Amino acid sequence: MNARSEFLPLSNGGAVVWPEVPVRPIESLVEHTAAALGTGARLCAWFGVPEGGGVSVVAVLAYDAEGRLGVARSAPVRGGYPALTPRQTQAHLFERELGEQHGLEPRGHPWLKPVRRARNGAPLHGEFFRVAGAEVHEVAVGPVHAGIIEPGHFRFQCAGEEVLHLEIALGYQHRGIEEALPGGPHRATAAQMETVAGDTTVGHATAYAMVMEGLAGVEAPLRAQWLRALALELERLANHTGDLGALANDVAFLPTSAACGRIRGDFLNLTALICGNRFGRRLVRPGGCAFDLEPDRAQRLLTGVARAMDDLEHAAAWFWDSATVRARFESVGAVSDREARELGLVGPAARACGLVRDVRYDHPAGWHRLAQVPVAVWPGGDVLARARVRWLEIQRAVEFLREQVPAGPEGPLLEPPPPPAGERLAVALVEGWRGEICHVAVTDAAGRFRRYKIVDPSFHNWTGLALALRGTAISDFPVCNKSFNLSYCGADL
Amino acid sequence: MSEIGLMLLRMAVWLGLAPLLPGLINKVKAAVAGRRGPPVLQLYYDLARLWRKGVVLSTLASPGFVFGPAVAWLAVVAAAALLPLGPLGAVAGFRGDVVLMIYLLALARFATAWSAMETGSAFEGMGAAREVSFAVLAEAAVIAGVLALCVQSGRLTLADMLGESAGPGAALLGAGLFVVLLAENCRVPFDDPNTHLELTMVHEVMVLDHSGPLLAAVLHGAAVKLLFFAVLLVQAVLPMGHWPAGTALAALAGGVLLVTVGVGLVEALLARVAFRRVPLLLTSAWVLCVFALLVAWKGGGR
Repeated sequence: MNARSEFLPLSNGGAVVWPEVPVRPIESLVEHTAAALGTGARLCAWFGVPEGGGVSVVAVLAYDAEGRLGVARSAPVRGGYPALTPRQTQAHLFERELGEQHGLEPRGHPWLKPVRRARNGAPLHGEFFRVAGAEVHEVAVGPVHAGIIEPGHFRFQCAGEEVLHLEIALGYQHRGIEEALPGGPHRATAAQMETVAGDTTVGHATAYAMVMEGLAGVEAPLRAQWLRALALELERLANHTGDLGALANDVAFLPTSAACGRIRGDFLNLTALICGNRFGRRLVRPGGCAFDLEPDRAQRLLTGVARAMDDLEHAAAWFWDSATVRARFESVGAVSDREARELGLVGPAARACGLVRDVRYDHPAGWHRLAQVPVAVWPGGDVLARARVRWLEIQRAVEFLREQVPAGPEGPLLEPPPPPAGERLAVALVEGWRGEICHVAVTDAAGRFRRYKIVDPSFHNWTGLALALRGTAISDFPVCNKSFNLSYCGADL
Repeated sequence: MSEIGLMLLRMAVWLGLAPLLPGLINKVKAAVAGRRGPPVLQLYYDLARLWRKGVVLSTLASPGFVFGPAVAWLAVVAAAALLPLGPLGAVAGFRGDVVLMIYLLALARFATAWSAMETGSAFEGMGAAREVSFAVLAEAAVIAGVLALCVQSGRLTLADMLGESAGPGAALLGAGLFVVLLAENCRVPFDDPNTHLELTMVHEVMVLDHSGPLLAAVLHGAAVKLLFFAVLLVQAVLPMGHWPAGTALAALAGGVLLVTVGVGLVEALLARVAFRRVPLLLTSAWVLCVFALLVAWKGGGR
C-alpha cells in the first residue's frame, strides 16, 4: 500500500486538477510505478506531456481489484531516464513510443526502436531481431497482404515450419490523430475519434465523450448512458460474430464461415436501426447520444437480436461440434497466464488466459454501474480459448440486451456539456470488444487540450500475438492472428 | 470411327472436360453453405481470360520459371494419355506403361517445384518444401495401389489391369486412392484451394508469381490431374472391362461425378488438418493401399 499513496486516486471517467497530480523525480516515478505494477496494478498509459522545455512523464495505473485508477507524473525530463521496461515488460511499447514522440531515451530499454514512424515519412523500423544459424530462414509478410486487411509487416524467424521468433512492425496507418488534438477540442474531433479504429467506433466515441464530460465535471443523462451501453454490446456482437466466421474460414470450415459473415451484417444493421449507420457513427456525442431509441424501434431491435442469435447458435453449434475444427484450435498459439499478466494483455485475449480483467466489471462507469455483465473467462490461452471467450461474450451480450433494452430510463438524451475546465486531467476506460480503451486528456489554463493520449487495446495485445507464435507452426499464423484480431489503425493512430 | 478420330476424341475428353470438375466442386460447396456459387463453367472463363493476358516475369527468374508450368502441363497430359477412359480406351498404351505414368506424375511435381524456387520467394520455397515432403507419402500410396492392381490382374498394362475386377480389396483400394486424390490435388483437408493466406498454402503458393498463359497452364493442368485421379479411382474399383461399352461409359461418367461431389462435400464439411497431422493421414492412405495389395496377393490374385 506504500506505492499506492504515491499515486493520486481517481475513478473511471473522473478528472483531477493537474497541479494536484503528485510530481516526482523521474527515477522515483519509475521506482514507484515498478513497485505498484509488481503488486497487482496494471499500466493503462505511460506518456509524455511537454512542459517547460522538457517532458513530464505521466503514469496512469489501474488497480483492478479496488476499482480505482491512480495518476502520477514526473518533473520535466530532458535527455533520458532509467527505463521501466527492464523491470516491467508491459511498459516496453509505451517507452518506445515515448522515445519516438518526445525524443526521451529510456536507458536500458532492451529493444528501443520506433513504434510507428521515423521523424519524417514512412515507417522506419530499423533492424529486425534475427536468429542466427544455417537452418534458420526468415519470412517477411506484408505490409501488403493477399486479403483485404490493413497493412502491417510481420518478420518471422523460422526453423523449418516452426516459428522461433516473430517481430511485428506497424505504423503504416499512422494518421497523426494525437498530434491533431492539442489546442482542441476542434469541430472535427468527435468524428475523428470515431475513426481511431473504425470497427470500434462506439467504444472510442464513448471514451472521448466520457473524457469531455469528466473535464467539464458533468455526467451524461442516464438515458444516453443506457443507449451507449446497448450500442457497445451491439458492436461487440457484430465483431465477435465476424471473428468466429473468420476463424472458421481460416481452417476452411465453410458452413460457419458463410453463416457468420451474414449474421455479422445482421448485427451491424441493428446498430444502423438506432442511428442510421452500421458502425454507429454520430451516435455517441459528448453530453449524451444524438439518436434516441423509441419503444417501437426498441422492440424491432429485440426481435432482430433474437432472430440473429437464433441463426448464430446454429452456426456456432456446427463449429463446436466439429472435431476437425477443435483439433485445429486446441493448443495452437498458446499464451500462458503469467505471460499475459507480464505483458498487460487486455480484453478477450487476457480473459482467454484465465485473467478476470474487464473494465465493465473492474471499473464500471455509465450504465454498467447499474447493470453488470459477467466476465467471460476461459483457461488455456490458445486459439480455442480465445474463440470460446468470444462465444461466451456473444451469449452474454445478447442476454444483456434482452434484459436492458426494455429497461431504458426516461429523460433527456443530450445535454451538451459546458466547456472543459482548465488545468485538468481526465481518464476514461471503456471495454470495447477488443478490450480496454483508454483515453487521457490534459487541459491547459484555457481549457484546451494540452495533450490527448489514446491507448487502443491493440497496443497492449500485439506483443501477445508475437509471443503466441513462438514454437507454433508458421502455417498457424493466420488462425492465431484472427483469434486476436487486433487493430492496425488503432495501434498506429 | 477411325482410329485417328477416336484418338482425338480421347484427348478432347481429357482436355475439354477436365475444367468442369472444379466448377462442380465449387457448386457443391456453395450449395452446402447456402450460397449460389460461381457458374459451373467458371474455370473455362478464367482460362480464356488468362490466355489473353500478358505475363509478368521476375528479373531474377531463369527460363525455368517459364519451362516449369509447361513441362508440368505436358507431363500431366501425357500421364492422362496413358490412362484408359473405360471403353474409349487409352490414347497410348504398352506393357509397363503404368511405371511411366507414375514417373510422369513425379516429373510434373518436380517441374512445378522447380519453377516455384526460381522466384527466390520465401513463400514459394516453403510451398515447394511442403509439396515434395507430402508427395513422398502420397506417391508411396499410389505405388502400393497400382501394385495391388497389378497383382490382382496379373497384367502390367494400364488398360488391362483397370478393366479387371479389383477383387475383394476394392473398398480398401478405393478409400486409399480417394485420400491420395485429395492430397495430390491439394483439396481440403490437405490444402485449401480457396484460401488467400500464403502462409498456409501448399500448391497455390508455388504458383503465386505465375500469371497469364502460364497460370492458365497451371490451372488447366490441375484440372486434368483431378480428372485423372477420379478416372483412375473409378476404374480401379469397378470391373468395367467385363461390362457392355454403354454401361461401362455411363458407370465411368457417373463414378467421376460421384467422386467430384464427394470431394465437394468433404471440402464443405471438414476443416483442413494441421500440417503436422498430414503425414498421419497420408500414411493411413498408404496402409489402406498396402492392405489392398496384401488381399490381392494372398486372396485370389493371378
